[in-house]
Amino acid sequence: MKLLSVEHLGKAFGGVQAIEDLSFDIQTGAVHSIIGPNGAGKTTLLNMLTGIYVPDSGHIRLGDRDLTGLATHQFAAAGIGRSFQNLQVFFNMSALENVMTGRHLRERCSLLATLLRTPALVRAEADCRALALRLLGRVGLGEYRDAAADAMPYGALKRLEIARALAAEPSLLLLDEPAAGLNQTEAREIDALIKQLAAEGTTIVLVEHNMRLVMEVSDHVLVLDHGRKLAEGTPAQVSANPLVIEAYLGVAEPQAAHA
Amino acid sequence: MRAAVIVSEPLRPGLGRWLATPRRGGLLVLALVIVLLPLLLRNSYFYEIAILVALNAIVCIGLNLLIGYAGQISLGHAGFFALGGYGSAILSAQHGWPSWLAMITSCAAVGLLAFVVGRPTLRLKGHYLAMATLGLGIIISIVLTTEDRLTGGPDGMAVPALSVFGWVLRGERTWYWVVAAALLLAVWLALNLIESPTGRALRALHGSEIAAQTLGVDSARFKLRVFVISAVFAAVAGALTAHYAGFITPAKSTFMHSVELVIMVVFGGMASIFGAVVGALVLTLLPQLLTVLEDYETMVFGAVLIATMIFFPQGIVPTLARWLASLKQGLRR
Repeated sequence: MKLLSVEHLGKAFGGVQAIEDLSFDIQTGAVHSIIGPNGAGKTTLLNMLTGIYVPDSGHIRLGDRDLTGLATHQFAAAGIGRSFQNLQVFFNMSALENVMTGRHLRERCSLLATLLRTPALVRAEADCRALALRLLGRVGLGEYRDAAADAMPYGALKRLEIARALAAEPSLLLLDEPAAGLNQTEAREIDALIKQLAAEGTTIVLVEHNMRLVMEVSDHVLVLDHGRKLAEGTPAQVSANPLVIEAYLGVAEPQAAHA
Repeated sequence: MRAAVIVSEPLRPGLGRWLATPRRGGLLVLALVIVLLPLLLRNSYFYEIAILVALNAIVCIGLNLLIGYAGQISLGHAGFFALGGYGSAILSAQHGWPSWLAMITSCAAVGLLAFVVGRPTLRLKGHYLAMATLGLGIIISIVLTTEDRLTGGPDGMAVPALSVFGWVLRGERTWYWVVAAALLLAVWLALNLIESPTGRALRALHGSEIAAQTLGVDSARFKLRVFVISAVFAAVAGALTAHYAGFITPAKSTFMHSVELVIMVVFGGMASIFGAVVGALVLTLLPQLLTVLEDYETMVFGAVLIATMIFFPQGIVPTLARWLASLKQGLRR
């Protein structure tokens, strides 16, 4: 079943066409990877899929809803969650509070109940806390529950972002290079986590440079190059595609700034 | 310092943990200070100072929610403060409203005004609210000074005593308890706000606005909410001040007073409710202690701001709290 569809998407920054006439679909319950050389437009695409950038042309549909042009928080409310390539952890909070913040959409924030701290709110807070603790345990960060986020190691922060995104129970989870900068062991843990999430039915879009990870976990791979679709298919199909091999290994090209 | 360390050691493990949160422990300490303070207040002058501190603290608690938690600056809070006072004064003195009803109406109107000003400006990124409130504060100050038929002009106007269902508040001692109760209420409400999904959303916006938005936080909505709350806090303090003093002049609405309020918040500690109380305490007492330097009051405030920025940019209370925590850890070893 089609969960997300991207139709003729385009985005330019000044004279640079970051994404050009891009169309693809995301199926429910599968792991979709988006790969491509540096500067191919992967992060730009993710930023459009979360409303951070507004596309110049084209449409983004989630189910029957056209999300094009909505604000970032409305994309989140529609059910799209994400992690960031360059960390966007709330460093002014503890690990647990980071994950509790992820519950924002699932909580009611009536002003009167907040100011008077009604018993219902106290109960909701206790539930939120318990759920956040479970999620921390799930991504293997149980020991960090009360740690200040700015005192945590890099690898743990990567997983903290995933736990925070999961707290919102998104129907579509976008992971922007979750294994970047991690050592082999940590990357394997992320690997296992993604597989587990996929097995439970979360639809995942993975942007990743780590080819071993991509080939292992993906059901479907989309290859971008210079903002255009270069190839699409199963991991086996894509890795056998001559265009893909050329883009990655063949012709020498200047490495653009990281997208 | 030794005493403070002993106090923060758990009496019993369960009770210690129960008290270790700002909402419980901090409120209890504040309540104790308020109850015990009259033992030190020898005459009505001291009561007057204590009342002034508490009223400033209420404004600063609201302003700190805005500056410390929503990351926005208001340079017009003196305007909200004065409007709260004038609104209540005009309704009760010139239109014969019961003073308690005049006060509530006036504070609600200030909240509405803040909503109208904040709604368009808080949609924009950056410090547009600072500019908008700067302008608004100056306009309020000019209107209060020039509309002399309504406000008495630069000379100010008399304000009827506050009465609640026939009970008229009179005398420094009565006012002390009323204002102290208002302060405790303000601290409780502010702590409730911080320790809630709304409070987390606000801190998240401070931590990473983009990440907060991808979690569904509507930043404009939450900033607006806090801005309105902080304006109402200022208006309540302003109305209480007017009824307590029995008189109000436009002096309290000036830009300088807005800046003083911001300095109190920055000095006490951003994103610290009790910091706002301490900031209001120190910077309200300072001019009273340094009466010889009266002509240089503005300079003293400026110096305090510079010194704060250089020596403890986090503000006095967060810096002391961190210092105490490391001391405690050192003792345990």
